[in-house]
Amino acid sequence: MTPFLALLGRDIRLATRAGGGAMLALAFFAAVAALVPLGVGADLKLLGRIAGGVLWVAAVLAALLSLDRLFQADFEDGSLDQIALAPLPLEATAFAKIAAHWLTTGLPLTLLSPVLALLFNLPEQGYAALMASLAIGTPAASAVGAIGAGLTMSVRRGGLILPLLVLPLMAPAVIFGAGAVIAALDGLANGALWLLSAFSLAAVLLAPFAAAASVRLNLAG
Amino acid sequence: MKALSFLEADGLACARGGRPVFRDVGFRVEAGAALALEGPNGAGKTSLLRLIAGFIAPVAGTVRLETKEGAAAADPEERGRLAGWLAHHDGVKPQLTAEENLAFYARLYDREADVIDTLDEVGLMRARALPGQYLSAGMKKRLALARLKLTARPLWLMDEPLAALDVLGKRLAAEMIATHCAAGGIVVAATHEPLGLECAKLTLGAL
Repeated sequence: MTPFLALLGRDIRLATRAGGGAMLALAFFAAVAALVPLGVGADLKLLGRIAGGVLWVAAVLAALLSLDRLFQADFEDGSLDQIALAPLPLEATAFAKIAAHWLTTGLPLTLLSPVLALLFNLPEQGYAALMASLAIGTPAASAVGAIGAGLTMSVRRGGLILPLLVLPLMAPAVIFGAGAVIAALDGLANGALWLLSAFSLAAVLLAPFAAAASVRLNLAG
Repeated sequence: MKALSFLEADGLACARGGRPVFRDVGFRVEAGAALALEGPNGAGKTSLLRLIAGFIAPVAGTVRLETKEGAAAADPEERGRLAGWLAHHDGVKPQLTAEENLAFYARLYDREADVIDTLDEVGLMRARALPGQYLSAGMKKRLALARLKLTARPLWLMDEPLAALDVLGKRLAAEMIATHCAAGGIVVAATHEPLGLECAKLTLGAL
């Protein structure tokens, strides 16, 4: 367990220190979410309806912002060579990095979301669904993003390709996540949360294997 | 440290980006010995080291690393678990201090080792609280040497171990290599400078 926790702890530390992506993602999320009500105007009913969708899209984009360096930074400075030789399977390495990314991005985004939802005048019955859907769905963003980050680690300006790879795959999470908020507003039975859970679980379980394969590919390249 | 028996390569051929780098490379290093890889730039010294570490697969030929228990690590990932790696890209994180960098690797490699003592041995005691971004190239190389010692892998794969080091640093590296060999380890080092100890040489020529 020590090697896994060592990597998890280091990645959290790197993300939260100066130059890490955690605060940047959070600030980006807040900036996008604050701009939309300004653009849409003071139609409180409309804002309340679109809050879930807008916050979900903003959360996925914010998570992507810090994802491109997930493997690239370690790849470029030789850390990934050292990590690959450590007594930790690359799948576990990828899982540790996904977990660290979620703890420093997805979790803070989820905790900040109710504050931003105030800007949208989200009706009170929507808050629980919004936070639950983000808590369940953002791990999928970190996991699916890790596959993209693994594939693009050796590509210069890979950060620009990453969204093209990852955003289409995140469509189900955005549909179910925003759908869960709407369903809560309308007082309907909330099946979207279950579908979101299934998607997120599959992503988190399968992504480490795909990401590890892409790491092997890049170390051999 | 797991006791090694020998490292053997036979008929190795390697291609990078579709172009052949070397072919028909063979050698055998017994436990307690060092092998110096020589040859012009582009001859494939680094590629051969990466191949031994199991990062890249050979086009032809085999690498065998046998331990004293008789288990031959023909599987590249298994071989990697016995290898310590030192190269130009030193894996030092600019945001972490020298001590944090080394402590991380101690835990990653699951080693109960004294980080402070090891830093002292490579002469980085005064720089231990300095973030990696303020370390000079030579200090980073010393930190990489400390990591190599601390992770206690029996096979050391070193790419230009003496580059960027000052006179004392070069002596330190040579001493570490000698000590490692004396303890039954194996060292394969790609170098343009004499390692400062008796060892076999393998010269790779550019194809």
